[in-house]
Amino acid sequence: MSGITAIGAYIPMYRLPRQAFAQAWGSGGGAGERAVGNHDEDTMTLAVNATVDLLNAHGREGIDAVYFASTTASYREKMSAALVAAAADFPATVRTMDFGNSVRSGTNALMAALDAVNAGSARNVLVVASDMRRGYPKSDQESTFGDAAAAVLVGNATPAVEVIDRVSLSNELADVWRRDSDQFVRTWEDRFVIQHGYEEWVKKATKALLDKTKVTPAQITKAVVYTPDARSHQGMVRTLGFDPAKQAQDPMIANVGNSGAAHALLMLVAALEEAKHGDKILFVSYGDGADAFLLQVNATPKKAKAVSGHLKSKRTLASYDKMLAFRGTLVTNPEAPLRVEPWAASTTSWRDQAETLRLHAGKCNQCGTTHHPIQRICYTCRSKDDFTEVRLYDKPGTMFSFTRDNLAGTLEPPVVNCIIESDEGKCRVFTTGTDMDAMLAKVGLRVEFTFRKMHEGAGFHNYYWKVRPIAG
Amino acid sequence: MGTIKDKVAIIGMGCSKFGERWDASPEDMIVEAVYEAYEDAGVKPDDIEAAWLGTLRSWESGSIVADALKLKNIPVTRVENWCASGHESLRNAAFGVASGMYDIVLAVGFEKLKDTGFGGLGVGRGTNPVLQARATAPTYFSFIANRYFAHYGIPEDEGKKLLAQIAVKNHYNGSMSPKAHFQKPITIEQVLKAPIIAWPLGLFDCCPTTDGAACAIICRADIARKFRQDPIYVKGIGLSMDSMLPMVRPGFDYLGFDANRMAARQAYEQVGISTPRKEIDLASVHDCFTITEMVIYEDFGFSKPGHAPDDIRAGTYTLEGELPVNTDGGLKAFGHPVGASGLRTTYEIYKQLQGKAGPRQVKNAELGLAHTLGGPPQVACVTILGNAAPTPTISSSVATTGKRQ
Repeated sequence: MSGITAIGAYIPMYRLPRQAFAQAWGSGGGAGERAVGNHDEDTMTLAVNATVDLLNAHGREGIDAVYFASTTASYREKMSAALVAAAADFPATVRTMDFGNSVRSGTNALMAALDAVNAGSARNVLVVASDMRRGYPKSDQESTFGDAAAAVLVGNATPAVEVIDRVSLSNELADVWRRDSDQFVRTWEDRFVIQHGYEEWVKKATKALLDKTKVTPAQITKAVVYTPDARSHQGMVRTLGFDPAKQAQDPMIANVGNSGAAHALLMLVAALEEAKHGDKILFVSYGDGADAFLLQVNATPKKAKAVSGHLKSKRTLASYDKMLAFRGTLVTNPEAPLRVEPWAASTTSWRDQAETLRLHAGKCNQCGTTHHPIQRICYTCRSKDDFTEVRLYDKPGTMFSFTRDNLAGTLEPPVVNCIIESDEGKCRVFTTGTDMDAMLAKVGLRVEFTFRKMHEGAGFHNYYWKVRPIAG
Repeated sequence: MGTIKDKVAIIGMGCSKFGERWDASPEDMIVEAVYEAYEDAGVKPDDIEAAWLGTLRSWESGSIVADALKLKNIPVTRVENWCASGHESLRNAAFGVASGMYDIVLAVGFEKLKDTGFGGLGVGRGTNPVLQARATAPTYFSFIANRYFAHYGIPEDEGKKLLAQIAVKNHYNGSMSPKAHFQKPITIEQVLKAPIIAWPLGLFDCCPTTDGAACAIICRADIARKFRQDPIYVKGIGLSMDSMLPMVRPGFDYLGFDANRMAARQAYEQVGISTPRKEIDLASVHDCFTITEMVIYEDFGFSKPGHAPDDIRAGTYTLEGELPVNTDGGLKAFGHPVGASGLRTTYEIYKQLQGKAGPRQVKNAELGLAHTLGGPPQVACVTILGNAAPTPTISSSVATTGKRQ
């Protein structure tokens, strides 16, 4: 029987207290805080970091497909899964596929992964869902939404978590949508949307699944039920026949926010982190219909930081304006401080992919000197074309030198430009610090790599690996 | 490797006013510098047989020199080697004469930075559009400072004070340089309180963004005295390029640069210098940032490794010190119009060796060193000039290879 063997997640370091929305507009906001992607993060970087979190626990062995899901993929045309697979350092033989356009696309991808594994066309499928949805300024969605990504590995070799059965229902309804020309999510009247969208279809799918499997709510250890907002969750769990206090999985609206296509899987990852042998889990997602799954826990899936690890490390975003600027909703002075257009070329990005997206270095087979970028002639012994590519982002590094540059041109000066000495062959890497108090930069600081967007030179997204202090 | 010693002489130099030359075109500045040099050397445009231009990115080819000066159908070549571009034009011009091909040539360097629209140098983004997307010149050089401080256990505030002393020294010297961009002395307090550009480098640790041009007229050493009684002889030229960008060079210690050390060694060997601190009377070095000047003291053998701070505290490199460095104020006071800088550092040595440096004159100066350091950094050029006439042996060897006997 197929199921989930490993889990991963990524939640951006920045959280914006919801009171910031009330302060800006005089009302609204709600309780708690929402996760906000840094200025150098987008849906792709969140997905890559969640994928790498899973791979840190499981490795790449036996994974033959990467499925990606989002409503806010960074490209309208160009596959996101291909980018995720490259940055996660999979070979070209990996099967890549994108799912999208619905907040249910995360579990759509999970359904497809289970089908592929059950059919025997893939041994292990990595499913990663990532979203950074934007609500209109001053809307409820703006404060309810949060940025996050979650990943699960689907396999059939005695999975830690077996999928006993599942149900999928489709429904056509304009409750929450975004046209191809829209930047912000649109909705219809709240009462109609909840009643005839979310409530009706989550109930229908859950009932269908429980009837089919002859399982009663009382037999369920944990109900992992997607929710668009905190208030709807309470009522829904009760209506389905669960004890909100004992059986309901925390909807994480209060500390992360609704992360769209990633959210159901994010809640599932959090639930599985604490799952024990013998637990039965009901897992339901919503969006243009609903998907429901019944899970049987044999063991806790393999995990690295997962949700709990990412929730531990956070920084408070100083202001609402910064969130707007990070997402480009608020256009800041493009000429300050440097009037230098970022540049790039598809040809160079393609040639340099091993050292930029995959963060490979070249380790000399003769003397062991490790170079980044990769060098054909070894700096130390001049051996020619005699090196092995090694991936640097698996290991931490140490800041060899650094600066806090106020003129390097980003939304968050100063830029911590730095030289990292990797634990992998003492390889020197020139990069930038992120998600950190710049004053923490110092010679000897221990750092980890994190996948980030650099700029949009040449009209496409350019990515590289930055560093941030190792949490804790 | 051979030697350039006493094969060529500088018989005239010119230097435009350095500053924010909003109203001056590149051509204006070239005319300003070259006509000063014509007059200084006592030559006419038709005497020039070939010309070289050094500019980082203000012009392509040497056409602007031919156009501005109406030099007609002589060889004019643009050379470029990062911040050593000005020195590169001088170096190639010197080799052109030493080869026997030409008797009198012109080396010009200029940069027009204030047409670019930003306050900084604007050369950021490094050599790779993605990996070095946030690289800037202040970043590159602040890496040296933070590494030097950490390596030698110098507290950051003490390190900043050391660097401030270099800024104060150079701005003081610049106050006596009518052509400098900045001509006001500054205090340690001003330096320490100035806004940070890239930690630990503050506003006064960084050279300004400046327009300027400078040039030299070079001829065979044996005919130099036909033009003037006090020609200045090229005693040695060294140029060295490090391998691999310093930010990613395996095992690099960031305490100094082999490019500096090897360029100096090449030049010292040509001149026969074994104790540079004693034998060199003054130096005009590439203080693009204060930390650069500090490690240069060690790279050139003026200070022992790790002892530049002691020499800074002792005042070794002040105008009245044991070995005055950047007597005209350096890049700190003049700014760094990239292609011009190598010729401007040479201009100061030339004037000092002729005893024409006015209130900043170093007494009994006979041997001076001019230097530029380019890239992130990676390439250095060291030129050593002297006012002592060549020995007869060398002079006659030049004469036999020269075109005109």
